[in-house]
Amino acid sequence: MSSGFYREADARIVLRVEEVERLLLVSMAEQVLEIVAPRKADPDADPLFALVGIDPSTERPTSEVLLRLFPDAYGDDEEASSEFRRFTERDLRQMKTAHANSVLETLQRSGDKVMLTYAMVPSWMGFLNDVRLALGVRIGIDDDFHDQVENFDRDDPRLPLLGVYDWLTYLQESLVQIMLP
Amino acid sequence: MSIAPAEITESALDVDSDRPWVTIVWNDPVNLMSYVTYVFMSYFKYDQAKAELLMMDVHERGRAVVSSGTREAMERDVTAMHGYGLWATLQKDD
Repeated sequence: MSSGFYREADARIVLRVEEVERLLLVSMAEQVLEIVAPRKADPDADPLFALVGIDPSTERPTSEVLLRLFPDAYGDDEEASSEFRRFTERDLRQMKTAHANSVLETLQRSGDKVMLTYAMVPSWMGFLNDVRLALGVRIGIDDDFHDQVENFDRDDPRLPLLGVYDWLTYLQESLVQIMLP
Repeated sequence: MSIAPAEITESALDVDSDRPWVTIVWNDPVNLMSYVTYVFMSYFKYDQAKAELLMMDVHERGRAVVSSGTREAMERDVTAMHGYGLWATLQKDD
């Protein structure tokens, strides 16, 4: 198991991974891309709207994962929330897509030593957080989740996901610690 | 559209502009405490002490007001928080 991100003398950040871990991260990046990819443009849409990042067809997502990644901006005002969504969700999706793509490119040209510059950190940080949020929803992580885990059956399908989630948590924590003063 | 007399509309606007909008970050079970601190320092440029104080408020009280200002500015902040994966909303200050 890898030891998390660490700083190297030449001001780079390094993550040592086994091949199975690298492939797991690749697969996670591909899954995030599927989830956050901007929705297909409506062929009748006004190209001017697209140009300024407005998507008039944007609707409130029905999947829990998407609702967590693109939450309502107004807790008590549905109309304002959907208006907000039309103006922001396309840009947010593009940003999250760019993060996952950048991570994917880095992983694809890396061997067992993944090297990041500081400029690449926001992409990795955003990607790791997006995956953890998505997995958190799928696993059903809530405030007293860790008390329930002990009662899971040994063949509970959530357990392998939880293993991945905990590993990503460990990776993200190691990256945050490098970035905090 | 309002057909109310102009002076009433105006005074309503005055009251509105006296109450700023706020960005609220809500606690959630996935985001790391250290990550939330990192986000407050990176985006709002808060120093570590302030960022940690706000993070602890989110963690222990379930929410914290992290910025205030015009509605447009708060919409920018909420968009940024959603970009970082934090659960944030905006509302009129109460």
